[in-house]
Amino acid sequence: MNAVLELSRLPATRTMAATGAFDVERLRADFPILRMRVEGKPLVYLDNAASSQMPQPVIDRLVRYQTTQHANIHRAVHSLSEIATAEYEEARRKLQRFINAPDEREVIFTSGTTDAINLVMHGYGRKFIKAGDEIILTTLEHHSNIVPWQMLAEETGAKIRVVPISDAGELLMDDYENLFNERTKLVGVTHVSNALGSINPVKEMIAFAHGHGVRVLVDGAQAVPHLQVDVQDLDCDFYAFSGHKLCGPTGIGVLYGKAALLEKMQPFKGGGDMILSVSFEKTVYNTIPHKFEAGTPPIAAAIGLGAAVDYLTGIGMAAIAQHEHELLSYATAQMMEMPGVRIIGTARNKAAVLSFTVDGVHPHDLGTLLNQDGVAVRTGHHCAQPVMARFKVPATSRASFAFYNSMAEVDALITGILSVQKVFA
Amino acid sequence: MANYKALYQEVILDHNRKPRNYGTLEQASHHAEGHNPLCGDHITVALHLEGECIDCIAFQGESCAICKASASMMTVAVKGKTRADAQTLIQEFLAMATGKLGLDSPNHIGRLAVFAGVRDLPTRVKCAILPWHTLHAAFNSVASASTEAEADPMHAPIGNA
Repeated sequence: MNAVLELSRLPATRTMAATGAFDVERLRADFPILRMRVEGKPLVYLDNAASSQMPQPVIDRLVRYQTTQHANIHRAVHSLSEIATAEYEEARRKLQRFINAPDEREVIFTSGTTDAINLVMHGYGRKFIKAGDEIILTTLEHHSNIVPWQMLAEETGAKIRVVPISDAGELLMDDYENLFNERTKLVGVTHVSNALGSINPVKEMIAFAHGHGVRVLVDGAQAVPHLQVDVQDLDCDFYAFSGHKLCGPTGIGVLYGKAALLEKMQPFKGGGDMILSVSFEKTVYNTIPHKFEAGTPPIAAAIGLGAAVDYLTGIGMAAIAQHEHELLSYATAQMMEMPGVRIIGTARNKAAVLSFTVDGVHPHDLGTLLNQDGVAVRTGHHCAQPVMARFKVPATSRASFAFYNSMAEVDALITGILSVQKVFA
Repeated sequence: MANYKALYQEVILDHNRKPRNYGTLEQASHHAEGHNPLCGDHITVALHLEGECIDCIAFQGESCAICKASASMMTVAVKGKTRADAQTLIQEFLAMATGKLGLDSPNHIGRLAVFAGVRDLPTRVKCAILPWHTLHAAFNSVASASTEAEADPMHAPIGNA
């Protein structure tokens, strides 16, 4: 009896690793929020590209840290501070292994992807990008990988060049290559489009840029939760992502950067922990990664993110990608049969994001009415207004799937859309 | 718990499908643009004042059903009314949509009561009130209205012009 109880309390990852099967119901049991009801209906959470949910082992880790391990890090000699420091640095190593970074010093904790990109803008861009230099971005970028570079361009007189996309939502690679010239200094590209799901050929793009001596920053916010990411295999110079899209807490993210680059960069924020010595005459900055982690970091969130990548690793990113691909294929096939429904973004290589419009129904009305069925989707411009402009729509509805979504939830989405179409018929 | 179905009732769906007074006005004496940057709703309101009386009014734009139906019903409600009566209705509509006006107290809301449900949908209140905010801007000959920043009708009080 007790043994059975104990088994049911184990995270599904343990049993899945033993059996090799992808058991979505067992995984769902790890996520307390998925037992919630919305408007009296079971929650169907399809807004994972905005933020994912947190499994019990990560919640438990946060509680354990806060209950028994919390103190400030890298400071005092007392026991709690030593434990907290060790756990924080262990979380860094977990993230290092998760993206296969060669050196733990190349993993900088930030508050999220936006913060990580701003770090590169301030630390690298402001030091190395001058008037007349060019930065290549793509139409698929989230505003967070556009606005910092516009700010830099305004400040320095650098220029931004933009890679166009096809009607399918794929980058036009010939145009990309033609944008390079002797003034090109940096490429900023999203690994996976948050608005359309397109998976960009970043490895090839990086190789091409390196052939021209150009550095590449990859926005991995939408990629890391869904694909096996190996920064050494990609050979990217910078890779940014967020914890809260990765079953971790908000307020934590990672910037991976090649050590040789990070060492040459200016610090982004000044303060405690990022210095070796301070006097009013001269301050000596700390070594990497600490040079970029001024002030008390979100220690609990970092440790929680470490637990989250342990959890994901337990399932296996390949298994996650496979299940999500099946969800996407199933949802896409059904949606293509629906009159009046147009899928925006039909790249051959896609992550589990379905952006769509419904004739005669504004996305906000659709979102409000789907919520009545317990179905949570994102509606709006997805912080990617250039993408919306490219497809000449003010907004779309977006269903974005995670590994804990089931085929039955895809059915709930489709049924929900059909019932909204009836209301507006 | 919000009753979404009650909000999307037939009268709103009908005005969304067949908006009244939809289009432009050749002889507008007042007009304004309204914009909700969060969802991309964008409408224009144009009207003609004959003395103090609104003898013509029209609206146009791209928006969700709540915004479009609100604009359509607004034009029906204020057409033929005086500027002062329209301003009173603007105040009452904004108060109703933000939950500050109980419909049991004396008011001029009438059929516009179908929008009372948006008070329970904070993300949709702006959709319903954008046309009214835009009408207010038109009276004041303000070139454009926005649901954001200092012009945010959720936060900025609107006084009688």
